[in-house]
Amino acid sequence: MKKFDRERVLLAVAGPVIALVSAILLTSVVLIASGKNPFEPYRLMLQQAAYSDVQVLIINQASMYYLAALAVAIGFRMNLFNIGVDGQYRLAAMMTAVAGANLALPGFLQIPVLLIVAIGTGAVWAGIAGVLKVTRGVSEVVATIMLNAIATSLIGYLTLSDVWGVQVGNNMTTGIMHKSGWFPGIDLGPDVGEIYGLVFLAVLMGVAYWIVLNRTRFGFDLRATGASETAAAASGVDAKRMILTAMLISGGVAGLSGLPLLLGDAHTYSLSFPTGLGFTGITIALLGRNSPVGIAFAALLIAFLDKASPALDYATPVAYEKEIATIMQGLIVFAVVVSYEAVRQWGLRRQQKRVGAELAAELAHHASQKEVAA
Amino acid sequence: MTVAVLALAAAGCGKSSSDSSGGSSESGKYSGKGIGLAYDIGGKGDQSFNDAAFAGFQKAEKEFKIGGRDVEPSDNESTADKVERLEQLAKAGYNPIIGVGFVYAPAVKEVAAKYPKVTFGIIDDSTVRAKNVADLVFHEEQASYLAGVAAAKATKKNHIGFIGGVDIPLIHKFEAGYVQGAKSVNPKIKVESQYLTQTAQEGGFSSPDKGENAATGQIDAGADVIYHAAGLSGQGVIKAAAAHRVWAIGVDSDQYKQSALAAYKQYILGSALKNVGGAVYELTKSVVEGKPLSGEVRGDLKSGGVGFADSNPRYQAMKDVVAAVDKARQDIVEGKVTVRTQ
Repeated sequence: MKKFDRERVLLAVAGPVIALVSAILLTSVVLIASGKNPFEPYRLMLQQAAYSDVQVLIINQASMYYLAALAVAIGFRMNLFNIGVDGQYRLAAMMTAVAGANLALPGFLQIPVLLIVAIGTGAVWAGIAGVLKVTRGVSEVVATIMLNAIATSLIGYLTLSDVWGVQVGNNMTTGIMHKSGWFPGIDLGPDVGEIYGLVFLAVLMGVAYWIVLNRTRFGFDLRATGASETAAAASGVDAKRMILTAMLISGGVAGLSGLPLLLGDAHTYSLSFPTGLGFTGITIALLGRNSPVGIAFAALLIAFLDKASPALDYATPVAYEKEIATIMQGLIVFAVVVSYEAVRQWGLRRQQKRVGAELAAELAHHASQKEVAA
Repeated sequence: MTVAVLALAAAGCGKSSSDSSGGSSESGKYSGKGIGLAYDIGGKGDQSFNDAAFAGFQKAEKEFKIGGRDVEPSDNESTADKVERLEQLAKAGYNPIIGVGFVYAPAVKEVAAKYPKVTFGIIDDSTVRAKNVADLVFHEEQASYLAGVAAAKATKKNHIGFIGGVDIPLIHKFEAGYVQGAKSVNPKIKVESQYLTQTAQEGGFSSPDKGENAATGQIDAGADVIYHAAGLSGQGVIKAAAAHRVWAIGVDSDQYKQSALAAYKQYILGSALKNVGGAVYELTKSVVEGKPLSGEVRGDLKSGGVGFADSNPRYQAMKDVVAAVDKARQDIVEGKVTVRTQ
């Protein structure tokens, strides 16, 4: 068992805390510059978080953010930047919706099948980038960005009414999924709403992520390859295989991130299915420092900003623009990058100092011993 | 409990959710707080569809001396957030509450069932059927047919273009009507057709640069009249047309009269009108007068819900074009011509 290291914990917490505090301060500066009360919006948003129906919205949204961010984090751990989570989850959600509308198995089979379709689609889509990287050396950043655009076009094609699309009014959908594929949620009454059942899947995935990374050979290889590809290769890890596997897993998890909404509420993929989860996932993975607990907090925080901010528009007597929350999210990303680097350097310096001090003490010790001997 | 608290937060004036439902009482006297207008992503400020809704909102606000609130959505949101938004408006006592755009359909359906005393409107969707919901839809293809006739008459090269904002069924209606109208004049006419993006989130309705590029491409290919159904992106289309001294046809509002486009207006042949503002105004009026509209309210050429704007004197000077458009209008109103929607 590792010894509880106060300094390590301090360093881990300092980054996000400094980032958050400076993001809040900078947002206040923006508020002051536009002639508004610099603190009232925070109070209004915190007030929102106390309402149970807003809490339900936050939890539901956070579950999707969490899965998307885990997908990004798996890549980060391996030093891979999977920007394609966005395309992967949208394509996966669409394919799952199509499967759900055209398959009618009993629930205990239907739901696993749908999960497999989602994971498979996401993995295949990310796998394309993985294969390109290991065989042709194409940067996964470029490949996944392009795959996002291709996914958009592919979805546009596959949801045409002469392919798999079903037009409802002016909306293109994939048809309503069979009831056996609807994942039951926790209904808290008509005024509060329903927590998606797949919120628990997000939690499970978080646990699995931690176990795989920290308690398995595979996780060790992954982290080792991420830290230094050449060193890992020297110790017998097949780096190419690791890259491909990491991309596949990242894509598979990405494929799941649209499902809480799809199986819990929407039951169809349509023009109004949310986009952009993958990009928010990058923010969250950064803020959460790729740790399963950190990402959970970060996902809740961003979901809170999303869901509590609309109330700013209705605030009385003075309404605020809810875009304040968007500004804050942007500033958080900005502050996170700066503060993590600052904290890392500070930590390094402290370490160097400590090592230096220990060495000096040792030298002094030797010197005094010599004197005694002499 | 939560609801009451939330209602307090939203309304800020001690009402509980049970008694805050505004609306017209038996005597017909309006007791709501005003109009609630909810946009979709990239809504307000598009100089087109959404701003037309806002214009109707302002007109009604002023004329009936009632309040109003228009709200925009946030990114990454799903129907649950739209439901929340409409509910907050309903709890705050707004009546009518109008969802601008078909993506609001599931949300309107859900919230309308919870607030039977409030009148809801949904623009561009006719799938929600309830006693307290008015489906405000339009025969866009009819106005587009007139645009097609005008384009086919005005072109010198028998080559025209269409630019749609986003590749979705709603915009396909504009293209279908336009192509049919143009072919009714000249079956051999060449029509370029292009959609800027696959999804609205990519900015097909809100990127003038995309519109300008697409229009320049079509003009280079030989088109000399270009019709756009692309919201704010259409500004780029009109700009490109003016730069190459060819015709552009506007959409939704009379774009000849828009101040943002004043520099290019002499190249705006006309505009296919879609009276979204009128629909918002009429629905509000009906609620204020105590006889709320309900069911499908479809604007067509006959009712004036759609039309073709002819403000440009250069257009009016082309008598044969004007005559052909008038004739087509007559034929559609009399039912001699049925315009396709796909």
